Amino acid sequence: MILLDRVSKTYNKALGPSLDRISLHVEPKEFVIVVGQSGAGKTTLLRLLTREERPTSGKIIIGGIDYDKLKDKDIPLLRRKIGVVFQDFKLLPNKNVFENVAFALEIVGVSKKEIKHTVPKVLDIVNLTGKEKRMPQELSGGERQRVAIARAIVRQPRILIADEPTGNLDPKHAWDVIKVLEKINRYGTTVLLTTHNVEIVNKLKRRVVTLQHGKVASDRANADYKI
Amino acid sequence: MKRRFITLGRIIHTGIVNFIRNVSLGVAAIAVMVVTLTIILFSVIANATFANTITQITNRVDISIYLKDEVTPAQASTLVAQIKALPNARDVRYFSKQAALDRYIQQSDNKESLLSAVSKTTNPIPATILVKPTDLNKIGNIITFLNKPANAALQSDQPSYSGDRKEAIDNITHATNVLRRIGVVAVAVFTVICALIIFNTIQMAIFNRRDEITIMRLLGAKTSYIRGPFVVESIIYGILSAVVSLLIINSAFLTSSNALQASSLGLLDIGYASEYFAANFWKLLTMQLAVGILIGTVSSVIATRRYLKFKVR
Repeated sequence: MILLDRVSKTYNKALGPSLDRISLHVEPKEFVIVVGQSGAGKTTLLRLLTREERPTSGKIIIGGIDYDKLKDKDIPLLRRKIGVVFQDFKLLPNKNVFENVAFALEIVGVSKKEIKHTVPKVLDIVNLTGKEKRMPQELSGGERQRVAIARAIVRQPRILIADEPTGNLDPKHAWDVIKVLEKINRYGTTVLLTTHNVEIVNKLKRRVVTLQHGKVASDRANADYKI
Repeated sequence: MKRRFITLGRIIHTGIVNFIRNVSLGVAAIAVMVVTLTIILFSVIANATFANTITQITNRVDISIYLKDEVTPAQASTLVAQIKALPNARDVRYFSKQAALDRYIQQSDNKESLLSAVSKTTNPIPATILVKPTDLNKIGNIITFLNKPANAALQSDQPSYSGDRKEAIDNITHATNVLRRIGVVAVAVFTVICALIIFNTIQMAIFNRRDEITIMRLLGAKTSYIRGPFVVESIIYGILSAVVSLLIINSAFLTSSNALQASSLGLLDIGYASEYFAANFWKLLTMQLAVGILIGTVSSVIATRRYLKFKVR
């Protein structure tokens, strides 16, 4: 599902590479946690996967799409296949919960009827039924993040990338968000989660890829957080 | 296909909503576009009016060729045929001595003093050929032809033409050309100012909506979907400006026709201009809309290309 082959990214030659020849293979329906301290290269890795950045060298293939052959004009089509959840939610402040989720469908030309049918189902998955009319500023951090997850999965992507989704949340809300991600993974979506929350990593007992100084320090199944 | 229509509908809807939200931002763009379109509209109307004035005066100008009494009808008809063959002769008419007299009497409006000068028994009016030229500026070739010795021999007097009218026409033609040039320069200058202001407006709108645009990008919105509403917004500027410019010109005509000096304003025949405006209202509206939409579309497409560049580092 996700294949990285000796991928490097250097922003500034003087500072050295942010990612240094990383190789990673994620199977379909896998739940992979990428851990590492700040500056380890987690965010750079995700930005490469969403094609916000180009690798300096190496090969990336996601869902059969070879990034080397991907033209800039086809990037929107790639992003429609990948759901992304951000640490800072990136919700539209002037749209309510329903509209924020519907927005992801609107931009790809889904009809109103279909939107009315799909959005409530997705809001149900993330346990937000009844809060459709709330504005983002009226929600707790955990609820906002669940809206962002609903928006990321409403187009049924095969891959969900979550960049520190619990970074701004207290433990209870963080755990709510993780439970939603697990649920989505059970439905068959490949999940790639970055975090530095030790408790979450240890409780989840999933494959853990540890990044250190831009390199893969360890890659183990059912792992704990050890750096 | 259905999705494309839905997307297009959404782009238009978003454009309209954004226009309403940012109306204060768009005022400057609309104002300068109104000025541009008003200048264009005024130029078109003035041009048509001057063209009409020139045609009217040209129609009144003719060259009279007076034939000697000895000229036979055969010789006269040969001369008429030769004049007709000249490229600048639009209408050539022959009046025999009698017909020329009748015409004189008719033109004299039965004025005793004029009529006493002629009597039907001793007709002093020569047979006449009347020539109407196509272009007054090229009247010279007809005169040259008539002054050829062979042709001059047939004439009892020098051919006459209304020189003062030609002068008037020259003045109007000159004024038209100057006005046309000023119009072109003014339109060009204002179109550029207009485009720059639209650029600025869009740049500010893009800045205001940068978070929304980033989110749209990350969610996989195509650039056309992001750019579309900005173009729609600029098209709305164009449509509104076209309508306002027409209203301005219309009210200018209403005001001037109410005023005492209604009939003419310098060289510009307000009466005709007003008639032309009314008769061609829909055509002019279509033209204004087309120009407004064109300016809006082109400048917004360039602006969004410049400020919404999609870059992957």
